[in-house]
Amino acid sequence: MTDIVMSPPVRRAGWIPGIATVAAVALYGWAILSAEEDWQVLGLLALAVIATVIGMVSGFGRSVQASWAAHESKLNGAALIGIVAVIAALSTQHFPLLMLSTMLLYFTASLGMNIQFGYTGMVNFAGAAFFGAGAYTAAVMGNVAWFPPLLTLVLGGVVSMALSLVLVFPIVRTTGHYAAVVTIAFGVLFKTFLEVNEILGGPQGLMVSSMRLLGWDFMDSPQIGGMKLSFYVNYALLCTALAALVFIAVRRLERSWLGLHMDAVRLDETAAACFGISVKKTKILAFLSGNMILGIAGALYGMMISFIAPSSFTFSDSLLMVSMVLLGGMGSPWGGALAAAIVILLPEKLQFLQEYRFLLFSVLVILVLLFRPDGLLPRQIRNYFPGARSRQ
Amino acid sequence: MDLGLIAQFLANGIVLGTMYALVAVGFTLFFGVLDVIKFSHGDVLMLGTFAGFTVWLGLEAVGIINPWLQLVVVLIASMVVTAAVGAAIAKWLVLPLKKAPPLNTLLVTLMLGTAIREAVRLFYPDGSNPKAFPALLPDASIDLGGFALRADSVILVVAGLLLIAGLNMMLNRTRLGLAIRAVAQDEETAQIMGINYMLVVLATFAIGSGVAAFAGVMNGLYYNEINFGMGLLLGLIGFSAAIVGGLGNLYGAILGGFLFAGLQVVGSALLPFASAYKDVFAFAVVIAIMAWKPTGLIPERASERV
Repeated sequence: MTDIVMSPPVRRAGWIPGIATVAAVALYGWAILSAEEDWQVLGLLALAVIATVIGMVSGFGRSVQASWAAHESKLNGAALIGIVAVIAALSTQHFPLLMLSTMLLYFTASLGMNIQFGYTGMVNFAGAAFFGAGAYTAAVMGNVAWFPPLLTLVLGGVVSMALSLVLVFPIVRTTGHYAAVVTIAFGVLFKTFLEVNEILGGPQGLMVSSMRLLGWDFMDSPQIGGMKLSFYVNYALLCTALAALVFIAVRRLERSWLGLHMDAVRLDETAAACFGISVKKTKILAFLSGNMILGIAGALYGMMISFIAPSSFTFSDSLLMVSMVLLGGMGSPWGGALAAAIVILLPEKLQFLQEYRFLLFSVLVILVLLFRPDGLLPRQIRNYFPGARSRQ
Repeated sequence: MDLGLIAQFLANGIVLGTMYALVAVGFTLFFGVLDVIKFSHGDVLMLGTFAGFTVWLGLEAVGIINPWLQLVVVLIASMVVTAAVGAAIAKWLVLPLKKAPPLNTLLVTLMLGTAIREAVRLFYPDGSNPKAFPALLPDASIDLGGFALRADSVILVVAGLLLIAGLNMMLNRTRLGLAIRAVAQDEETAQIMGINYMLVVLATFAIGSGVAAFAGVMNGLYYNEINFGMGLLLGLIGFSAAIVGGLGNLYGAILGGFLFAGLQVVGSALLPFASAYKDVFAFAVVIAIMAWKPTGLIPERASERV
């Protein structure tokens, strides 16, 4: 992960392996989202494991990677189309769409955490608190009739960012374990505050009014050609749009000189400072922008599930978010998507696992950290010439 | 505010402070020898307390009902269990990750803590509900003019402080303590000098965990209740206390523990309209202290080497 390869790729890989993967994953996603019996889900999981093993042994995995590296923007576009296709295929069913939307929002949140953990090497054990800050903003602003809900999303991000401003000073001054304790303390503080605060509903929580866009209430079911679709289609599409936007922004950030600064700060603060990179500015940027993304995702999450309580934003939930980043692979955006899918889907789909989900994920993360410390989809070597063609 | 109330708050703060200091001491010991944070500390403590509780149930069933005997057996059982678990975690989870980034160790132990907590909740009989911990200490109290000094608090505090003093003595006066300090200072040189590194690390983890078990039993005796989540908050507070005091320093841990208890007590005394905010207040002050002194009140004496 730390190696830097300066030579541009010799031969561009074809786009077929990438497209094939997108199609297969979309089909698989549709299948597992609409599977209802336990044996179907278990069968699909076994299929995924077998397919992964075959892909790794036969070398198809590597050609998919090469293909992705060579045609990144096109294949990311294809993935977007794939998600929309899955939404269309599931358009009448409430529950699968809710799961898909939750997955997309957690994916978005993992992108935000990735800026902190993966790129800059900062710790944030208060992810659920910043996510919750966005959700509570949505709940409060939902009572203000004239305030456009789309702006509420932005405001959720701003509030979360404002809260992180309180922490900026200690975060920048401390490192390692000392920084960890600052965020952990903040996470506990936030949840305790919500529980005892009467204005914000106390332990019972608050209702959140739904999203409205250009006069269209998201609680209404869209009708197309006489067919009544689930109202979650609205949310699923909006979540897709949000995830896509954040994905583009984060990828751009990673590739820009700002991302380079972040990588440099993560690898060696002293060396980075010697080269004139402001460690403080970089850390502040990473902390604020990551938390803003968490806040935006949280605001939409609150609107979607329409009811929030402090018990959804505990320290364990923060840990779940951290485990998502680690499971996927630090700094690997698609890894976050895979991890979000695992973290959300598995317990929902296998109801007998619901009770054991925290136990299951903690053991899973321990195993990943012991045996595959770079995560399931490790971050690729930084590409200094995105889309560079070989020049003879 | 009358004097009796102040004395009540003070007594409460001293009991809590002793408890927190006992937990924080473990964090600081582990950090001393291995430069790692073992976050599962609080949950290991909870596990030990549950083990002690189970042993008490067994004693009751067998018919041994002398409270002092019960107390001793419960304490020994829970301390042995936590010491064993702590050493096992060090051997199979912390040492293998010695070369990995510190964040990974922190995360592995955090996740292990979650796993232990969930395992107790799911697999201990009726584990998701709080258990009534027996009152094994005499419940006599002396009335000191509007303030009742409970005998059990006095015994707990004295025993806790004696334990810390003993630990301090062990670190400074015995061969094992010398070895622990040597490893903490420079593990390679310590090994060259013929110190059994593995043994010292495992002993440190066993001792630190055992001390925490005492805090767990103390918590149970003081509140007469234990539950699967008690380790999380105790661990968090102990960790914060160790960090605020300054890692790798026994006095820092004690200072941090009493400081945190003091903050909680002051929080509930000053905000009588909202004593529920006491944790919010205490954690906010912790964050402020970290901003003021980024490496704790008694900082590590080490300069950064490049």
